[in-house]
Amino acid sequence: MKKKSKSDSSLITHYSSRKIDIDYVARLANLPLTKEEKKTFEKQLKEVLNYFSKLNEVDTRKIEPIDHITGLVNIAREDKAAPSITQKDALANAPKTHNGFFEVDAIFEEQ
Amino acid sequence: MIDTCNLTIKDAASLLASKKIKAQELAEAVLARSEKLNKKLNCYVTICSEIALKQAKLVDTLLASNQKLGPLAGIPIALKDLFSTKGIRTTAASKVLENYVPVYDATVVSRLKDNHAIIVGKTNQDAWAHGASGENSDFGPTLNPYEQSRVPGGSSSGSAVAVASGTCLAATGTDTGGSIRQPSSFCNLVGLKPTYGRVSRYGIIAMASSLDSIGHITKTVYDNALILNVTAGQDNFDSTASAKPVDDYTQNIEKGVKGLKIGLPKEYFDGLDPNIRKLIISAVKTLEKMGAIVIDVSLPHTRYGVATYYIIQTSEVSSNLARYDGIRFGNPREKFGAEAKRRIILGTYALSAGYYDAYYLKAMKVRRLIKDDFINAFKKVDALICPVSPTLPFKLGEKNNNPLAMYLSDIFTVNANLAGVPSLNVPCGFISSPRETSSLINGLPVGIQVIGPYFSEKLLYQVGYAYEQETKWYKRKPEL
Amino acid sequence: MNNFETVIGLEIHIELSTGSKMFCTCSADYFGAKPNTHTCPICLGLPGALPKANRLAIEYTLKLGMALNCQGQLSSKFDRKNYFYPDLCKGYQISQYDKPFSQKGYLEIKTGETTKRIGITRTHLEEDTGKLSHAVVNDQRVTLIDFNRSGVPLMEVVSEPDLNSASEAKVYSQKLQQIVRYLKISDADMEKGSMRIEPNISLRKMGDKSIPHYKVELKNINSFKFAEKAINYEVERQEKILESGKIPDQETRGWDEKNNRTVSQRSKELAHDYRYFPEPDLVPFVFNKNYFLKLKNDLPELPDEKRSRFKKDYQLTDYDIEILAREKDLADYFEEAVKVGSKHAVTPKQIANTIINQKPNIATVMPAKLIQKIISQTKTSTVGQEELEQIVDQVLLENLKAVEDYKEGKENALMFLIGQVVRKLAKKSDPTLIQKLLIEKIKT
Repeated sequence: MKKKSKSDSSLITHYSSRKIDIDYVARLANLPLTKEEKKTFEKQLKEVLNYFSKLNEVDTRKIEPIDHITGLVNIAREDKAAPSITQKDALANAPKTHNGFFEVDAIFEEQ
Repeated sequence: MIDTCNLTIKDAASLLASKKIKAQELAEAVLARSEKLNKKLNCYVTICSEIALKQAKLVDTLLASNQKLGPLAGIPIALKDLFSTKGIRTTAASKVLENYVPVYDATVVSRLKDNHAIIVGKTNQDAWAHGASGENSDFGPTLNPYEQSRVPGGSSSGSAVAVASGTCLAATGTDTGGSIRQPSSFCNLVGLKPTYGRVSRYGIIAMASSLDSIGHITKTVYDNALILNVTAGQDNFDSTASAKPVDDYTQNIEKGVKGLKIGLPKEYFDGLDPNIRKLIISAVKTLEKMGAIVIDVSLPHTRYGVATYYIIQTSEVSSNLARYDGIRFGNPREKFGAEAKRRIILGTYALSAGYYDAYYLKAMKVRRLIKDDFINAFKKVDALICPVSPTLPFKLGEKNNNPLAMYLSDIFTVNANLAGVPSLNVPCGFISSPRETSSLINGLPVGIQVIGPYFSEKLLYQVGYAYEQETKWYKRKPEL
Repeated sequence: MNNFETVIGLEIHIELSTGSKMFCTCSADYFGAKPNTHTCPICLGLPGALPKANRLAIEYTLKLGMALNCQGQLSSKFDRKNYFYPDLCKGYQISQYDKPFSQKGYLEIKTGETTKRIGITRTHLEEDTGKLSHAVVNDQRVTLIDFNRSGVPLMEVVSEPDLNSASEAKVYSQKLQQIVRYLKISDADMEKGSMRIEPNISLRKMGDKSIPHYKVELKNINSFKFAEKAINYEVERQEKILESGKIPDQETRGWDEKNNRTVSQRSKELAHDYRYFPEPDLVPFVFNKNYFLKLKNDLPELPDEKRSRFKKDYQLTDYDIEILAREKDLADYFEEAVKVGSKHAVTPKQIANTIINQKPNIATVMPAKLIQKIISQTKTSTVGQEELEQIVDQVLLENLKAVEDYKEGKENALMFLIGQVVRKLAKKSDPTLIQKLLIEKIKT
C-alpha cells in the first residue's frame, strides 16, 4: 500500500527531521551517557528514525491499533493469598541493605 | 566417550531407557566437551558442572529403581542466560547482572527440571537479546563452529553453538524478532519460534513483552517436538499464556506433506541473494516432489516489518529495562552496553510526549495490517515457506558500526513476531563461502522457515520432518 | 478574599482490603509486618516476573464506580505509567490511562442547606508503591525502602474541580469514605494510609467560569483536619501571589505538619512525561450490560438512601439518623433490633436512644439482648419506690414460712417471694430490684 496520506505522513517526517534531544531523553530514561556516547547515539539514532518514516507510506487512517496480540480478554485470578518469599531471599541480591530494608543514598523531597 | 555431536535426544533417551548408557556418563561427556570448547567458542557464560552431575546422579538412581521418568530425563540441556534459574547466576550476558542469582525458577525451567532434564549451563547471547550476531554480549562474542571467523547469529548465539558443537542435546532460547530462527539457520539446526503465548514467559528476562516467544534449538525436528511437549501449556503466572490444550507434537510427525498447500510469499524472494534463493527453491521443490502443492502468495506489508518492529520493540524494551536500577539487584545503569543504551533511548523517545502518535501508535496500526496479511494468506495455504536471513553468516565485526544495517537483517523474521504466528527453522543446505582461503571450508549453513497459523506447531513439525528425513542436512557436523 | 474563587479537585487514593495484592498472591495485609516480608518476584520487580490481575480488586473498583453513579466502561485496560523513583520497583506503575474502569459519575454533598453535585471524572485501579523512610547509618543519611506495600491494590477517585472551599472538600472526602466503608472494600483510614487525599488547588477571578491555567497539587496529608488546614493555607498563599500580579508555579507541595505550611517538593517525575502505553503483560477487560446490572443490584443500600428510608420508616430526628447510619454495621444492627423490638412493643425511638446514649458494643451485645435490656429498664420506670416497698412488706408478712426457708438457705424461697411481689404489683417491674429489696428487708 503506497498511498501517501497527508495527515499521517506529515507527522513522522516532521518529527524525524528534528534532532533527538538526547539530554532530555537520557534523563527521562535515567541513563547516564558520556559525551561521546551522546554524540554517537545522536547520529546513529537519527538514521534509524529516518528509516522509521517509511511507515508514512501506509495509509492507516481507518485502521485501529492492534488489540492485545493474543486476542484474550478478562484473564484474572482469585483473591487468594499465598506465602511470600523470605526477607532473606528478597534482599539476597541487593548491594546495600539495613535492618531488613533496601538502602539507597538519601533522597530529599523538600527544596 | 559418547559421541555427543551426533547424538539426538531421541537416541539418548532410548539408550538411557535401555540402560546402555548412564545419565552420569552422558553428563560427564557433555561437561568435558563444554569445558574444552568453551574457551574457543565462548558459548557458555556459566557451566553448571556440580549441579549437572548431581541431577544426573539422581536420574540414574531413579532409573535404577525402574521408576518411569519423563521423556527428557537425563537429557543435557543448556539454557539461554535470560532464563531465571534458582541459585544459578543469570546474567542476560550483561555486566548489569554480572552477579545476579535468582531466587526462583522460570516456569519453563521448572518444567524441564520436573522432567529431570540435566542443566548443562547458561548460554551466551547478545546482551538483553539485543542483536542478531552474538557480538553484543558483554562477555565476548560467540563463534560459529562451522566457521570460527564468522558469527553464529543471535541473539540466542550461545544456545545455537552449544547444540551445534555437541556440548548439549538441546538449548532453550527466545525469539522476539528472529533470535531463535536466525542462529539456528546459521548453525545448521532446528529452531522453533512457537505461537506467542504457547510457552510461558514467566521468569524469563523480558525483552519486548508483546513479541517475546519462548522456544528452543535442537539438532532434529523430532527432538524439537519432544521438548515442546514439555514446555508448552498454560501457566497461572503468565496472563498472556494460552490455555489451549497442548498437542502431542511427536505423534504423527511422519505424516508427510501430501496435498499440503504451501505458500511462497513473493515479498520474501524479491531481490533475495541468488545463492540463498537457489537453496530455498530447491527445498521447496523437494517438498513438491513429496506431494505438496506450491502456491504463490503475497504478504503486502512485509517491507514495513522492520520499522514497525523496531518502534514497538524498543518502546517495550525501554520500559522493561527500567527495573534495572541497581537497588534491589544488579549493577548501576551505566553498565549497560552500547546497544542496550541505544534501544532504551530510542524506545523512550518513541513513547515520549508528542511522539507517541507518530511512532508507537502508528506502528500498532501497521502491526494490525501485518497480522491481517498472514491471516489472509492462511485462507489460501496451510503453511508458508521463506528464507530466514538475507545473508549467509557474516564475518565478526562486519556489521558492528552500523546499527541500522544490523536491524535490516531481521527483515524475514520480524513479521512472524509482529503477527504472533509460529515459525520453524529447518536446515536446507550449505553454501561455500565466497573468497575463502581456508581448507576447512565445507560451506556455511542456510535454513528455511516454515510459518503456520496460530497454534499450528504440529503441522510445522510434520513439514519440517518430511523435508529433514529426505535431506538429512543435520548429519553435516562442524569440524571442531 | 472577595476577588478570587477557590477551585479544588480532589484525587483520593483508597487502598483496597483484598486478601492478596493487585498483581501477585502476596498478602495485602502488611500493616505492622517486618520490612520486605510480604514480597515476591512480582511485587519486587525481579527480572522475568509477570503480573496477574486480582479479580476481586476489579470488582471492588467497579462497585465503587457504580455507587458514585459512574458509567461502567464496557472495555477497559491497564497501562504502564513510566517514571523512576526508588519506591517504584519496576520503573513503571501498572495503572490505567485512557480506559479506566468507571467514568463520569457524581457525588452529592450537603453544603449548609443546599445539595451540591460534585462531578467524578473517573475511578481507576492501580498498584501501590513501596514505602520510603529516612535514617542515619554510619553517620550517613540514607533512605530505606520497604516493598511490603508495593503492589497492594489502589483505587484512585478523581473529582472534577467542582469544590470551592476546604470545608466542601472535607465533606466530600468524608462522604466518599463513608461510601467506601459501606461497600466494605477498604477501611479507608487516613492515619493508616489506606485513604490518601491529594487536593489540586487553584484560584480564579470571581465570576470567571474557566479552568485556571495552573494548579498546585498537595501531598502528605494524613487527616481531614490537616486537609482543611492545608487547603486554607494554600488558598491564602496563592491569593497573595495573584494579588501581586504573578501566577503561582504549577508544582507539587507537601503539607508541613510541624510548621503549619505547605512546602515545595522536588518533582519526582520529569515534567510528568509518563509515556503511557497499554500494559502488554496483561490482557484487556470487557464487560457486558448484564454484568453491570447484576453488580448494581448487589450493591448494599448506600448512606443517602438509608438515611431517607430511616426518616420515612422510623420517623427519627436527623441527628439520630446521622449517627445510626454513619456505619453500615451499626445501621444494620439498629434495624435488627427494630425487628426484634416490634415483637415486644419496643419502639425504634427507644432503641435509637439506647444505642446513641449507651453505646452498646454491637459486636458482643446481640440485638435480642439489647431489647431485653430496654424492656427491663422500662419496667423499672413504671413502679414507684414507695409502692414497691409497700408491696414487698406485705408479701413478707403474708409468707413467713418462705422467709424462714430463705433464712435457712433455701434460694427457691427467694424466687417464690419475688414471684409474689410481681403478682401483687401487676405492673412492669424490675425483678433484680425486687430481689434486692427483699433481701435487705429480710436481713433487718
